[in-house]
Amino acid sequence: MPLKSEIRARASALRDVFANAGALPVETDILQPAEVLLDLYGEDIRARAYVTSDALRGEQMLRPDFTVPVVQMHMKGGAEPARYTYAGEVFRRQEDDPARANEYMQVGFELFARDNAAAADAEVFATIQAALGDVHLRAATGDIGILTAAVRGLDTTERRKRALLRHVWRPRRFRALLDRFAGRSPMPPSRAALLADADPLAHGFPDIGMRGQAEVAARIEALREDAGAPPISAREVDLIDALLNVRETLPFALEHIRDLAVDMPAITEATFRLQERIAALQARGIDVARLEFEASYGRTSMEYYDGFVFGFYVPGRPDLPPLASGGRYDALTRVLGQGREIPAVGGVIRPGLLVQVEAGA
Amino acid sequence: MSIKLGVPSKGRLMDKTFDWFQARGVALSRTGSEREYAGAVDGIDGVDLVLLSAGEIPRELAAGRIHLGVTGTDLVREKLGLWEQQVEEVAPLGFGQADLIIAVPGCWVDVDTLDDLDAAAAAFRARHGFRLRIATKYHRLVREYLRDNGVADYQLVDSQGATEGTIKNLTAEAVADITSTGETLRANHLKILSDGPILKSQATLWRSRVADVTEAEQATLRELLVRLG
Repeated sequence: MPLKSEIRARASALRDVFANAGALPVETDILQPAEVLLDLYGEDIRARAYVTSDALRGEQMLRPDFTVPVVQMHMKGGAEPARYTYAGEVFRRQEDDPARANEYMQVGFELFARDNAAAADAEVFATIQAALGDVHLRAATGDIGILTAAVRGLDTTERRKRALLRHVWRPRRFRALLDRFAGRSPMPPSRAALLADADPLAHGFPDIGMRGQAEVAARIEALREDAGAPPISAREVDLIDALLNVRETLPFALEHIRDLAVDMPAITEATFRLQERIAALQARGIDVARLEFEASYGRTSMEYYDGFVFGFYVPGRPDLPPLASGGRYDALTRVLGQGREIPAVGGVIRPGLLVQVEAGA
Repeated sequence: MSIKLGVPSKGRLMDKTFDWFQARGVALSRTGSEREYAGAVDGIDGVDLVLLSAGEIPRELAAGRIHLGVTGTDLVREKLGLWEQQVEEVAPLGFGQADLIIAVPGCWVDVDTLDDLDAAAAAFRARHGFRLRIATKYHRLVREYLRDNGVADYQLVDSQGATEGTIKNLTAEAVADITSTGETLRANHLKILSDGPILKSQATLWRSRVADVTEAEQATLRELLVRLG
């Protein structure tokens, strides 16, 4: 294990690298209001972040990452475009794996820019990769935006599309919903009985709680509408599956996705963006011919990313978390911006792991 | 030194535990006044009785301060991370059976499965501006269960007692609690989701995997476990 002082020195050197690349060094509080993070990530974040409280401010979280406070700071009146860098500890609760660190340093680079998303994506990826130096790493990339475009383009009800989009980051649930909407899984008997009931609200139970009978009636109406809608076609489900299975080097992945776009015109725009990103990466000197692309990359662990995603891994060490990771989070700025939004992309490096890997550990 | 056996300090759980040990030739009893938490063990030498709140027994086992302890599966699973590495199940005791379940108002005729709950939570949040509240004291178990089943847009609110009343009091929309007969749930106009319980629990005898034992204690422990086996 490298010494803390060594990691700290490396972190500040990395921050200097990012500052020299034009980023403004910023600091954020370690204690973050829990409410914002809970509303964003849902209750699951409690399993990943430490929650503490006092009688005055209520629940607070030990900073699980810098992205949220940096976005909030920027939305309060940052310049445009803006580049930020930071270095500091983040805290992650580890209940199931004692080998994983619950406190470690992160150094980040975040870019807020309205024009040329492809150039911004490439700038962040290239800046992070350059900062990682010579250590031999495997880079993985993906693009959540292609999947969400495919879902938006499905020939089905808006309600079903919304339900699928809500669970893009929960692959198992997404699959269950897709199977149900495609008529591939049987309807639960209780739902069949509910739909067959001419007057389901004559149930004899008292109306208790805040979720009133109007809401129950509205959901029954939605279920009836869904039962009346035709299933998502097998062809469309196959196309989504084919898309999710794309896993090749970038040029082949692009070709493959272009072929899919012939039958799935809804992803045409997203395919152009992928193509522009490849060109922008190439212009930055990245060897795109050898860069991996997985269409389903980033669906499990990076809930706020909604476009380009990437990570750098140590080959042959699946036990180690990524040395660096990042992506585009336009929707996050929309949620935190209270009516305002700005496209944003960023990434972080874990200097502790970097020092460890460089030392050959 | 001696083997320390932790047992719930009051109520039916204590009485039934005493009966279970009695049936195996180990007599546990409380000593001193009615209110004093002291106990005695007859029928085997070298074993001390430690009377504790059932909720504290998992922690004491994990800390190695007691060698054996009687408490519910629910409490061990809720309170100990990586519980299999800290405690070992010796024997289920056949009483204190209860299921950890999720219940919603009976008047929610549209909600019977977790899939329904998830959809109701999404609509509830859109309409009321906050995440659907589930009252419980089993935060970890419920959160893991809902995460594994892909339920979103809910929040857990802490309730250490009278949990079934929270819905009527408008402090929660659903509850996750232990039930054995479902009587209290029905009396409060609630129904259980049909997906099955989050956990089936019963009173269980556990052995700490981390408590230190001398050679003499090891011999006592072995003899005791043979008797109880």
